[in-house]
Amino acid sequence: MQNSKTQETLVGLFVACGITALFFMAMQISNLSSFADENVYTIRANFDNSGGLKVKSPITIAGVRVGRVSEITLDKDEFVSVVKMNIDARYKLPADTSASIYTAGLLGEQYISLDPGGSEELLAENDVMDITSSAVILEELIGKFFTENESE
Amino acid sequence: MIDFFQTLGHSVLSSFAKLGRSCFFLLQILAGILTVIPRPRLLTKQLYSVGVLSFLIICISGFFVGMVLGLQGFYILSDFGAEETLGVMVAASLVRELGPVVAALLFAGRAGSALTAEIGLMKATEQLSGMEMMAIDPIKRIIAPRFLAGFISMPLLAALFSSIGVIGGQVVGVGLLGVDDGAYWSQMQSTLDFQEDIINGVIKSIVFGFIVSWIALFEGYDAVPTSEGVSRATTRTVVNSAFAILGLDFILTALMFGDI
Amino acid sequence: MENSVSPDKDIISIQNLTFSRGHRKIFDNISLGIRRGKVTAIMGPSGTGKTTLLKLIGGQLYPEHGQIFVRRQNVHKLKRADLYNLRKRMGMLFQSGALLTDINVYDNVALPLREHTALNESMIRTLVLMKLHAVGLRGARDLMPGELSGGMARRVALARAIALDPTMIMYDEPFTGQDPISLGVLVKLIKELNDTLGLTSIIVSHDVEETLGIADYIYVLSEGKIAGHGTPEQISNSGSEWVQQFLKGNADGPVHFHYPADDYNNDLFQ
Repeated sequence: MQNSKTQETLVGLFVACGITALFFMAMQISNLSSFADENVYTIRANFDNSGGLKVKSPITIAGVRVGRVSEITLDKDEFVSVVKMNIDARYKLPADTSASIYTAGLLGEQYISLDPGGSEELLAENDVMDITSSAVILEELIGKFFTENESE
Repeated sequence: MIDFFQTLGHSVLSSFAKLGRSCFFLLQILAGILTVIPRPRLLTKQLYSVGVLSFLIICISGFFVGMVLGLQGFYILSDFGAEETLGVMVAASLVRELGPVVAALLFAGRAGSALTAEIGLMKATEQLSGMEMMAIDPIKRIIAPRFLAGFISMPLLAALFSSIGVIGGQVVGVGLLGVDDGAYWSQMQSTLDFQEDIINGVIKSIVFGFIVSWIALFEGYDAVPTSEGVSRATTRTVVNSAFAILGLDFILTALMFGDI
Repeated sequence: MENSVSPDKDIISIQNLTFSRGHRKIFDNISLGIRRGKVTAIMGPSGTGKTTLLKLIGGQLYPEHGQIFVRRQNVHKLKRADLYNLRKRMGMLFQSGALLTDINVYDNVALPLREHTALNESMIRTLVLMKLHAVGLRGARDLMPGELSGGMARRVALARAIALDPTMIMYDEPFTGQDPISLGVLVKLIKELNDTLGLTSIIVSHDVEETLGIADYIYVLSEGKIAGHGTPEQISNSGSEWVQQFLKGNADGPVHFHYPADDYNNDLFQ
């Protein structure tokens, strides 16, 4: 029969370990520490085909993540994909920035890479980017390959 | 032929009766929890026997499961040239599914069956009856503290399982198989979402803790007060808990991670 | 057979009680009274439901018909809080002692005091030691129930039962399975407690010798009815064949030796 003091100490240790584990999970395993949602502004871009892009897909400039996709909807008049992006407020983008959808690795997730232009004007809240490059669709690529071959 | 239907009908009706009794039992426990709060001594004692004594098996199992995930994951992912995502695979599997589920199954086997046996034996040796005759409500004094202890311990144990599992995966993946340490953690951190993965995993383990404690305590309370009855009740606790955990896991996963 | 129920002198009055378990009638319209301050014994063969009777009195079981009055209160019509109050005034000694096995002797006896009174620990200590001293086990206060012999466990349970100074105690088969010394100790304790504390004691038992030795009044139950009642002398001289068989322990009599079966010859030589 354990002394109740010993018991209480062990229970305290147990609970402390459990809470530490919860914190560990939150900090070390998930993205809680990295992304703070407060200072962002929204800009939009239209793509003919947004491919496998998802909400929360990363947005990068020169390989550095500057934001995340917040919404993907269909424009009912022109039938293009309207992608809304949350960009960290620290980064101001020129008005002629272009957005392209790339794939990370061969089978990885898709992301948007922004290529800043040289314009003096900056993109403001809710502006639309003009220059966009759609995702690469594997079937189209294969189709192009075959037709090119045939034409030789 | 009629006998068959009669037996079937009887077992269905008695199952419903049992379900009704268990719900009533749960309500009594929930009412009794309020009386436990001003008496922390009762709770610490139960937290010790339910949580602290399960600590070792959870940690060891978590570590081994993490290591196996690291090992198997590495071989599967290397076919796609995606070894660097090992961290994601290990962590996601653990936090979303294996942590809550396996920890709950282990908990049901170790702590749940102990609770059932303890309560069943108290019933068989008339300790519960004796308390009633002394005007002490056994549900408030014996059952409610154990329920609260199980409910509190389960999420902590699941978190321990997942965390130690991730470390186990790292030991195998990074230490033995050569995955890059930085990639292991950074891929994991950028992919696993706090709300979607961690919080959902914790919610699952809270639900499991509730259900397993309820089943374990009720089976003990409802047991036939003989040695055979108690042993059958203990078996039922483990089996019914397993069904409940796995069934609820499916439902919760579908609600949380699917698009249903 | 006349009833001995007189509601004024009786602390417990059972009227027209009927109780069944499944198809078996355990009690069939019985009435009896327990006198205040006396030792009343309820005897009968195993399985006649003597423990059930104690549980009915304590309100743990509900009768089909009839009423049980304890101190003029109808037990089964009481609200939960009142029932619990009533139980605090009753002590019950279970056959196995029913001590809580995860706490020691001291804590077991202190349990009702800690739960039902607001006394501080030093007062509780005084009371616990007094009760343990009364049963002769003050030195055993730090032992665990698992370390006690059966007789000692029962004495601790007795100390626990008198912890709140009840006015009546119910003993469920206190003499069963005890060696002669423990038996003598228990008999002495029951009689002394009853007389010195002015308690009412109800003993449920099938041990003829001990019970006849200390009881002031006896009821003998059989097959759901009262087969006989009276003082120990009256019972010993009872004209009922059944009571005589029970008291003397005869193998055959109104309760037959042979379970009902076919003719022996026919059975052997089919």
